[in-house]
Formats: sequence, structure tokens, C-alpha cells
Amino acid sequence: MDRIPILKMGRALIVTIQVDMHDRLAMALEEDLTSRIVATGARGVLIDISALEIVDSFIGRMLDNIAAVSRILDAQTVVVGMRPAVAITLVELGLSLSGVRTALNVERGMDIIRASEPDQDDTGALDEVGDASHQE
Amino acid sequence: MPVTKSDLLPIRASDDVVRVRQEVRSRAQDIGLSLVDQTKIVTAASELARNTLIYGGGGTAMLECLQEGARRGLRLVFEDKGPGIADLDQALTDGFSSGDGLGLGLSGARRLSNEFELTSKVGEGTRVMIARWK
Amino acid sequence: MDVASSKLPRIVGDNEEAILEDWLAEQKSAGQIGAGRISDAELRTECRDFLRGFAEALKSGAGQDIEATGYGPVRDVLARVSASRAIQGFSPSDTARFVFSLKGPVLERIRTADASDPAGLLVDTWLMTQSLDQLGLFTIEHYQRTREDVIIRQQQEIAELSTPVVKLWDGVLGLPLIGTLDSARTQVVMENLLQSIVDQEAEIAIIDITGVPTVDTLVAQHLLKTVAAARLMGADCIISGIRPQIAQTMVHLGVELTVVSKANLADAFALALQRTGRMVVSRGGTKAVAPALRA
Repeated sequence: MDRIPILKMGRALIVTIQVDMHDRLAMALEEDLTSRIVATGARGVLIDISALEIVDSFIGRMLDNIAAVSRILDAQTVVVGMRPAVAITLVELGLSLSGVRTALNVERGMDIIRASEPDQDDTGALDEVGDASHQE
Repeated sequence: MPVTKSDLLPIRASDDVVRVRQEVRSRAQDIGLSLVDQTKIVTAASELARNTLIYGGGGTAMLECLQEGARRGLRLVFEDKGPGIADLDQALTDGFSSGDGLGLGLSGARRLSNEFELTSKVGEGTRVMIARWK
Repeated sequence: MDVASSKLPRIVGDNEEAILEDWLAEQKSAGQIGAGRISDAELRTECRDFLRGFAEALKSGAGQDIEATGYGPVRDVLARVSASRAIQGFSPSDTARFVFSLKGPVLERIRTADASDPAGLLVDTWLMTQSLDQLGLFTIEHYQRTREDVIIRQQQEIAELSTPVVKLWDGVLGLPLIGTLDSARTQVVMENLLQSIVDQEAEIAIIDITGVPTVDTLVAQHLLKTVAAARLMGADCIISGIRPQIAQTMVHLGVELTVVSKANLADAFALALQRTGRMVVSRGGTKAVAPALRA
């Protein structure tokens, strides 16, 4: 069963997408992240897509949605690790992802999140908060 | 146009969209497309397969490896017997969506491909062909 | 015309060696070897392989359908021949003559075989003409494609050579563009830049267009695509080197560069340093005189 674990580091949530997600899994991730942001009072969401070889309009929309929702919930979303081939394709496809903040890697992404919330304590251990499991 | 390999895949559930992506990726690698070109055709296939599923009510994807002399290509045909598209021009406009999609599927797939053909009849179904050449 | 009854398969098959010698002689006397660019041995091998394949194709009953499986080996030989001729700089006509010069020798054998069969003469001549004509055309098309591939590869090399990505500072890349930006070149430029962003973990890329002669809507589109892709990967872009004329042209064309731009590379670099949290500080005090740089 595919699981997309959501990890918590300080007041940030970290998601690493490593599978070729089918649409239901993507929607489940969106829902799950939203409830976790509220449940944990997270101030930042970092989505690592460095393992994704394809980002199509559905995934793009998912990222846009997560960014929009988190903004409403006063959290900053950063998408990191987009591969060059994916970036080139997304631009050609016409997806601007203008509402999404991006960074080259996890380290930079966390810098951005920390910068937006200077007094967050991120020395806490990484906890697994929950996962978006696909519902069958 | 000599077809060297041909596969017909069903599109009935969202898992099938993933399978189409994987098969198209595999064919694209077989014919030696560059990484960027592989990504483009797989992404286009993902868009069209999803359209077939969501707007067409399910259908098929035909994957054909082509060879003309030394030139190799990959042709994909997505077909459904769904409601069809009433206004083709509108459907090909960026941002237009009859559902709650982003409206980039058809126009995006066209931009990502070397060849693009769209035929549709209201009440009968839709057929989209895309191809990429090495 | 029904060529099913043609004697051509047997005519070619039975006289292969003789036809081969005549064909070679024909090409040499017409100066087909092109001032010694192909060796006798090489030409002999090419001709023998073609003739063998042709004889087999005819025997398989493929007739004049050169796309048939029976003609596979023949097409392969022609692909090899035309590709090598293309790379060596032979003209397309000279390359096609490889096939056409076979007609004479084969016609001789047809004449002998059909000396008392006018109907057969017509059928056999027709089949030969049709199949060799098509094979000749196939050769030319293949030649063209090879030339195109060479040109495309050369264009890519030029594009790569003229778009080096330089490291200006930690996390700051410079991309000085020289020459015209068309879609093929933009693709190469984009891929180079994006890969460099990954390799050098850059935060900012300065695209300098001092060396780009004109910026019309198409070029602007290409630039914007590059900037958009870099942004998706988390790197910001600054465009520099916009000459006054270019700025005016862009305004007249209604082109909007939705990206930070600076007049020159120095200003762009200063901005980049600032954006990445750096400051250039003067050491103050009496102006130190640095020792001259000596080789």
C-alpha cells in the first residue's frame, strides 16, 4: 500500500513524494496535509518533489491548492527539488505555479520557512505525524 | 508509416493513468528520446489519459513505436466513446475547462508534442493523437 | 502491370557476379568514386551487399514494393551507403547514382534473356525500372535526413559553445548570451542553465543579453520561458544588458519582461550580491597599493 509520510520538524511539516502518484493518492495527500497543518499549528510546509520525474497539471494543481490552503492557515509552503526536465515541461505545458514558493533543495527550503518564522523551534526530533494512504 | 511495436491499454481507473505514464516512458526510452523529450511526451500522455478517464468516461490508449528509415517516433492515440467535444476551438484554448481542471490538458498536450490531431463528435466520442519524433 | 510473372529475380540471381563487375566498371568510368574518397574495396563491398540484397528481395516476391520486409536488407545497405556519402560530402545526385548506375548492367542481361520475348522484355524492364527508381529515391531521402542530422548536431554544438554558464560568485550564475535566440537554441540554453543551477546550487542567474542583436516577441517568449523554468527550480533570474534600442522595441511591440532587469551586468551582479545577503565593503584607511600582478 502506498503511503506518503508527513514528517514534522519543529513547526514545519515535511512531505517527500517518491512514488508516481495516482490521482486519488494526490487528493488524499492534499486533504491530509490540510488537516495536519491545523492539527499541529504548523507554520511551514515543505514538499520535496526531487524524486518526481513527471509533474502534470493534476499534481500542479495539487501543489497550488496546498500552497493556497496553507496560506489561509498562516503557513508558508515551499516546493523543493524540481528536476530541470520537469521544469522545462511545466513551462511548456503552461503551468506557472505562481502561488507556490520554490527552492532548490530541502536545506534552502527550510531556510525560507525558518526565515518566515524566526522564533520557531526546530531542534525537535523528526516525528511522523500521519500519512496519506490511498483509500481503496 | 511502419509500426514496429503496438500496445493497446485500457483506461478505466486512475491506476490506468499511472500505467499509461509508465508504458509511455518505457517506449520513449526504447526509441532513444532525450530526457526532456521523454518527460514531455509522458506528461502529455498523462493529461490525455486523464481526460479520457474523466471527460470521456473511460477509453483506450494505443501506443505505437514508429520507424521511417532511420527516424524513430512514438505515436499515442487516446480514444473514448464519451459525450464528445462540442466546440473544438474552445477546448484548445488555455484555461478553458468544462470540469474543474486547469484547462491545460489538450492545449498543453499539443504544445508538448511534435504532432497533434483532435477529432470529436458530440454524442459519439473523442480521439486525440499525439506523436513525438526523435 | 502485373510483374508477378517477371523473370527478373532469376535474371539478377543467375548473373550476380557479371552484373557486379559491370556495375563497378560503370561507376568508375563515370567518375563515381569521387576523386578517391571511397576505396575500390569499399565500393565493391557496398555493391556486392546491395546486389545480393536486391536479388534476394526479388526472389522473395517483393516485386517493386521496396517497403516490404523482403527489401529490409537492401534498405539497410542503402541507409549505410547514403549516410556515409552524406558525411563525406558527396552530392545527393552522386549518391543516388549508386543505385541508378545499376540499370545499365541489368538491362543488358534482361535484353539477352528476353531476346525472343517482347512481352517479357517489357515486364522485366518495368519491374527493374520501378524498383531501382524507388530505391534511388529512398537513397536520396535518407541522404537528406543524414545531412539534416549533421546540421542539427552542428547547430547544437554552436549553441553549446556560445552559451557557457559562468560562476560569478557562490550561488550566482552568469549566462552571457551571444547571437540569435531561436527555439532550438533556447532549448539548449535552457537545459544548460538549469543543469548548472543544480550543479552549482545557484540562487540567482544573471542572463546577459548584450550580445543578442534583436529581441522580438519570440525571443522575449524564449527568455521568459527560461526565467520561468529557473524559477520553478527555486532560482531567481535577472536580465541584464538591455540596450536602449531593445528597450524601445520591446515597448513598441508590447512585450513585457516580467522579470527584474538591469541595464548592465555590473548592476545585476550588485543586486545579486545584495539579494543573497552579501555586501561589498571597502577596507578603508589609506588606499593600499597592491603589488603589480606579475606573470
